[in-house]
Amino acid sequence: MSDDKNIKSEIPQWPNTIYNTIKSKNFSQVCYVPDAGHSKLITLCESDTDIDCVTLTTEEEGVAMLLGTWLGGKKGLLLMQSSGVGNIINMLSLAKTCRYPMLMLVTMRGEWGEFNPWQNPMGEACRPVLEKIGARVFNVEDSINVETTISAAAEFAFNSQQAVAVTLSQKLIGTKNFLTDMK
Amino acid sequence: MIKEKNKLDRRKVAQKLLKGRKDILVITGLGGTCWDITSAGDDDLNFPMWGGMGGASMVGLGLAIAQPDKKVLVVTGDGEMLMGLGSLATIAAADPENLSIIVFDNEHFGETGMQKTHTAKGTDLVKVAEAVGFRNVSVIENQESLESFDIKTHSQNGPMFCVIKISNNNPTPVLPPRDGAYLKDRFRQALLGKKSAI
Repeated sequence: MSDDKNIKSEIPQWPNTIYNTIKSKNFSQVCYVPDAGHSKLITLCESDTDIDCVTLTTEEEGVAMLLGTWLGGKKGLLLMQSSGVGNIINMLSLAKTCRYPMLMLVTMRGEWGEFNPWQNPMGEACRPVLEKIGARVFNVEDSINVETTISAAAEFAFNSQQAVAVTLSQKLIGTKNFLTDMK
Repeated sequence: MIKEKNKLDRRKVAQKLLKGRKDILVITGLGGTCWDITSAGDDDLNFPMWGGMGGASMVGLGLAIAQPDKKVLVVTGDGEMLMGLGSLATIAAADPENLSIIVFDNEHFGETGMQKTHTAKGTDLVKVAEAVGFRNVSVIENQESLESFDIKTHSQNGPMFCVIKISNNNPTPVLPPRDGAYLKDRFRQALLGKKSAI
């Protein structure tokens, strides 16, 4: 238990690593349905005047938006939680049919030590449904692999003009416990 | 409800809207509006969507943010707009002044057997847009107001949202190219030049 507290008290640096990586690759639009796991990255992006941030009502809006972003010659990023993957499947047919590059960063729930069992179905279905509709999926479990994975995923998306998702494991982001984390 | 006297012909409306369009970037929602806009002339700066129902307005938002010096026009149907109602809130919050959304409202799902949509049963899309934060909203119900409507003038102080009440006839489709990758590359090359392929 004391170890667990020590882990929680450390300030994670991987959101800064993601921010620096997307900056180095000239992403200028970031759209999201928020997740606690993405909150620091969202704050970093919203305080950057060179990034246009768009809050979505549902994740599929972001898939359509990033088609427009690419039609206009810019690069965009979609942030969501694994439950949001269930909301985007038909819209991802645009990415497969039109072959436009898009990068999604998916914070996982229902995967590792989950507190809320209602998250588990989409946690389990997340990777297979993304792959079924034509997105490539890369997973990160450890902070030392964040930079290389995000960087490689972005290169893959934009060199191959296709949808790529990076799933950020609960092993990386920590497992949400409502009783302690929400206080 | 569409009044008998207010049966604007959708093809003629599209042709009137896009007359002298120059470099306006046009996105269309799937179905009838694709054929309408193509009947006014297939254009490299058209992006007619054959899928992704509910997504047309959001494609317009991404494009409008990426190209702030260009006017972006989304033309879509009432059924397509109803599937993406949340995107109206997203767009109003993002507040892109160069984005216009025009809904051709025939109060029916035209591609699937002319079932009534929610706009035939009381939903007022203009009020929805207004309620989520659009300030520049209008409705066109007759030839007179269509004649006085000019997209370049009315799209100032955007984002703009307009509903045009059209007749529910279903004219023969005028098809644009259907390959999505081709349409995307054609659009990008017309907008960004040959370097867009590198």
